[in-house]
Amino acid sequence: MSVIFEKSIPNRRGVTLPASDVPPPAPIPQQYRRGKDAALCELSELDIMRHFIALSQRNHSIDTGFYPLGSCTMKYNPKAMEVVARMPGFAGLHPFLPQLRYGGMLVQGALAVLYELEKLLIGITGMHAFTLQPLAGAHGELTGIMLVAAYHRKKGNVKTEVLIPDEAHGTNPSSAAIAGYTTRAIPTDAKTGMLDVDALAATITDKTAAIMLTNPNTLGIFNSHIARVVEIAHAHDALVYYDGANLNAILGKFRPGDAGIDVMHINTHKTFATPHGGGGPGAGPVGVREHLAEFLPISRVEKRRDNTYFLNYDYPNSIGYIAPFYGNFGILLRAYAYILSLGREGLIEASEMAVLNANYLMHNLKDVYDLPYNRTCMHEFVLSARKQVAHGVSAMDIAKALMDYGFHPPTVYFPLIVKEALMCEPTETESKETLDAFIVAMREIAEKAATNPDELKAAPLTAPVNRPDELKAAKDMDFAAL
Amino acid sequence: MSYVANTTAQRTEMLKACGVARVEDLFADIPAALRPKSFDLPSAKSELEVLNALEALSQRNFSHLVNFLGGGFYDHFIPAAVDAITSRSEFCTAYTPYQPEVSQGTLQAIYEYQTQICRLTGLDVSNASLYDGGTALCEACQMALHATGRDRIIVDGGVNPVYRKMLDCYTANLSIRFAEISVTHGQSDRHQILAALDDQTAAVVLQNPNFFGVMDDHRDIVEACHARGILVIQSVYPIALSLLKSPGEIGVDIATGEGQSLGIPLSFGGPYLGFMATTRDLVRKMPGRLVGRTTDRNGREAFVLTLQAREQHIRRNKATSNICTNEALCALRAHVYLSLVGKTGLKEVAELCYAKTQYAKSRFKQIPGVEVMESSPTFNEFTIRVPVDTGDLVGTLVERGIAPGLPLGRFYKGMENYMLVAVTEKRTKYEIGKFAEELEAALRK
Repeated sequence: MSVIFEKSIPNRRGVTLPASDVPPPAPIPQQYRRGKDAALCELSELDIMRHFIALSQRNHSIDTGFYPLGSCTMKYNPKAMEVVARMPGFAGLHPFLPQLRYGGMLVQGALAVLYELEKLLIGITGMHAFTLQPLAGAHGELTGIMLVAAYHRKKGNVKTEVLIPDEAHGTNPSSAAIAGYTTRAIPTDAKTGMLDVDALAATITDKTAAIMLTNPNTLGIFNSHIARVVEIAHAHDALVYYDGANLNAILGKFRPGDAGIDVMHINTHKTFATPHGGGGPGAGPVGVREHLAEFLPISRVEKRRDNTYFLNYDYPNSIGYIAPFYGNFGILLRAYAYILSLGREGLIEASEMAVLNANYLMHNLKDVYDLPYNRTCMHEFVLSARKQVAHGVSAMDIAKALMDYGFHPPTVYFPLIVKEALMCEPTETESKETLDAFIVAMREIAEKAATNPDELKAAPLTAPVNRPDELKAAKDMDFAAL
Repeated sequence: MSYVANTTAQRTEMLKACGVARVEDLFADIPAALRPKSFDLPSAKSELEVLNALEALSQRNFSHLVNFLGGGFYDHFIPAAVDAITSRSEFCTAYTPYQPEVSQGTLQAIYEYQTQICRLTGLDVSNASLYDGGTALCEACQMALHATGRDRIIVDGGVNPVYRKMLDCYTANLSIRFAEISVTHGQSDRHQILAALDDQTAAVVLQNPNFFGVMDDHRDIVEACHARGILVIQSVYPIALSLLKSPGEIGVDIATGEGQSLGIPLSFGGPYLGFMATTRDLVRKMPGRLVGRTTDRNGREAFVLTLQAREQHIRRNKATSNICTNEALCALRAHVYLSLVGKTGLKEVAELCYAKTQYAKSRFKQIPGVEVMESSPTFNEFTIRVPVDTGDLVGTLVERGIAPGLPLGRFYKGMENYMLVAVTEKRTKYEIGKFAEELEAALRK
């Protein structure tokens, strides 16, 4: 499909602006003006609608079909939350308004949302306080590690490294590195699929600033030894960072705060159903235990005795401004409406159904695909295409073949510790009928791997393109139509 | 309100298939001692109740004030087609395009967005977006530090003070030295900046128009920097770019900015859009996703995520940045907006902003006691000095239905009597006149 700039017709217009109602000003001095107009496109509104609708039809999305992309939690995004985010009283609100004198009184509705959301997150996680400012999960990780650094700095601790399990998301080590720490990997126990606690005990030193833990981890396994991990870390005055990427599996079953976790983040798109948007925007609230609260970013939203809300900037030990304002408010608003909507029982049900759906899929696939960690899973599980590789069919071939069945593939080649990984996460909003259809497809593919591998290697045949040449892309470096 | 589909009968059947009697059995790995001490949350609500509750909260916000607030975040017009396109489920409920065959829509849209940003900034390469203008600026500084192997950054005082605070926060754990140069007559102080350059300086950070709305031509600073191997980072306002010298034209190495003005609602501070463009030489140091054009197995044109060896999911602790998700849907909004206004429309928006700002200045100049700061030309913002406490003045004008501008005392010492006023294409001559009258009346009291 041709890029939009190729469709441009000189002098065609998409939007008409009001005529100026003020006297023409003296022109902008020549020395500041650009030499040549920016070559933007010239199209009618209908041209533009057709272009983008045609593009949209070249995407798979949750609303078009099953999307079991492990670790990404592609659950249904309820539409009421979109209505809330577009309410003019929220969408039209200027972020500097509360910074006028008494300006907090001009945004009481927005501050109430932020304050109440923080209280709900505290109830869900058992943490002491939250900042809602981080603009995505990875941004939350960075904020969390900065809080760790601030804690150690204030105590005069000399800490240089962060320990991270080898199955962790890549954002963990890169967040730690950007906050100034070196990182060391801790192996996963090959039998249990959990962090090797003995290896942790042998590796940790007084130089360890923190250990970052995802629980359930990226294999979809809940680490039952988390209390022991916390104990080992705290004995060295190392803090425990809980990556809440998989919080959606354990709502009402486990709260990080109860286990002595020091700092954690939440991905609102994973647990609280905010739309993934093709890769953002997200929000990554960070929760802390009491001893880290003084370091949280400013401002913080607080409530007065008369039940009015205000922004408090008076935290001298705060790490400062992690975001320009109060976080990705439009996203936080959706998460707030979602939590209100589901309520206590709905959140518990969401986790239970996510786990049941995952186990059901796993039980119906583990005889035809290798399951390296064969045990009850939480919200996701990791298969390996090892058996199929014997026929020359890779995890990637299976992924591409699934597209011809109308499904988005699972996550492939992650976590790195499983060879030929196929990481499946069905989420709670999928029905048994959908799961059954997926099982049929996966089993058929496994059969074809043995009988007709070439068919799988030719897939996908129904998609707009077939296996784009990634090496060519890296070599050509064609990043823009210039 | 529940969004799960499986009925009780289906759940029973599924549990049986899993070989367990109750759902609770699937959670046996969580030890009893670690079960929640409480899970004290409100009970579920219907969609109608949730919408009513949120509508009531939204009405407690003063979003109806006539807006003269700016400071880097502006009340611009958003054509209806922006929402129509970006609310399409196929864009809104898809994820990062890891599987290119089923994500060509998102991938091509990002490639086109990258093209829009390159054409606006006059630079070679744009990434797929970053969180906001502030984080984009922080990431640009990191890029410059890595690219040069130096440890010092010079920041112009005309750079948005919010971004400067973010830069302090981001670099608190790294050994980086900063020098901040205050503006003179509202513009970058050449004398001081050039004197501050040394062989350990990685980058000079500038903004155009700067926080006070003042336009500048930074070419002389760029030339002096390049002579000493120093990179120049310029934070820019994309609407103004349709008229003003582009970063590429004057040799800037990294351009960043806030894309909120391109079809993204103010929404109380986010989600916004950080954009970043740079030269081909620096592309491997650039953070964030990047889409490239290639061909598929059958020779058809195709788009893919590329140069991923820079990124966290491949390089882990050696990545150029920890960014994972970007702001894809906001980038799509900006792309749709730029397509709609197009080549002529974007210039018209900018010209309207400029003309109305000049008109506002002419009205304000006639108000006794008000001084309009005019030592340098401004784009769509300007600074005024008033003879009274800005806090009280703002309160009076808010009561009259006007959000009059940003008091600067909060950001700049000694500017307690100054206010930054922004005018966009949405403001009418009547609204500007009304503001001037109310301001005059408030000062007469």
